[in-house]
Amino acid sequence: MTPLQVCLLFSALLFATGFAGAVTRRHAILVLIGIELMLNAANVNLIAFWRFGPHPEALTGFIFVLFSMALAAAEAAVGLALVIAIFRHKKTSNLDEVKDLKG
Amino acid sequence: MSLFLVITFVVTLLAAVAAMSLRNLVHCALMLAIAFSGIAAAYLQLNAEFAGFTEILVYVGAIAILIVMAILLTRSGEAPEKSVLTSGWLAGVVVTVMVFTTLGWAVLNSTALPPPPVEAPQATVKNIGDMLMTRYILPLEIIALMLTAAMIGAVIIAFKEDGKSKSSQGNETPIQIGNQPEPLPAGSVESRKEGVA
Repeated sequence: MTPLQVCLLFSALLFATGFAGAVTRRHAILVLIGIELMLNAANVNLIAFWRFGPHPEALTGFIFVLFSMALAAAEAAVGLALVIAIFRHKKTSNLDEVKDLKG
Repeated sequence: MSLFLVITFVVTLLAAVAAMSLRNLVHCALMLAIAFSGIAAAYLQLNAEFAGFTEILVYVGAIAILIVMAILLTRSGEAPEKSVLTSGWLAGVVVTVMVFTTLGWAVLNSTALPPPPVEAPQATVKNIGDMLMTRYILPLEIIALMLTAAMIGAVIIAFKEDGKSKSSQGNETPIQIGNQPEPLPAGSVESRKEGVA
């Protein structure tokens, strides 16, 4: 295996871990943690392709990672705010009990 | 491919699995911080130093703390007695295995992977700044606008609902008025709203 393939396999494993947590856990914050792990796996992919790709001087993957981190930070802030709002409304953060859109 | 990088990968994966499988949410958040640190260490070894330090600043410094704050605010710090898995967790596991199988097969069998470069690339802060200020200036501005909008949106969503919105929603339905201990005279709706507020 080339170094690029090792990095990509690591990223695939990380993505699968985050995905498993996001679809199997019932706590809303755990789902957000899983989504963060998946975003990080995508970032690892971008960095690996930048590092082992043909044109690293263009810095394309690198800049993409910086923007993706900013997006992930915004997503985490809004997502956790939604979790807090739902908790205040329904007194639970168990996703099996949050089924209806009506407040 | 140094041995240290492989060790970093293994530690990161173990921390990620622990973050997704522990019962206590605070432990999950701490394991998540370790996983983020591992990813930052991997970035540092892949010659992406700036991305590594940004990862530490943004993820370990901000997002992990934010998650801990959310755990404490929703009072879910102690482990639940009931199951922590959703009702359809088996289907989730099946889909996860399928996703990983597809990804792993694609990585191992792809013929489109580029050949390794002759020498390791360098991403100095000066180069990154030059790129951000010239070629990527428009995405940078859009990200700045989006961060501002997300910050305002998060504050509005999580803002504590005070009496204004609650009274205007609750007190105008007849059931709520009927539940009041004593009927208020008509025409004092405004004063009642202020009293509740």
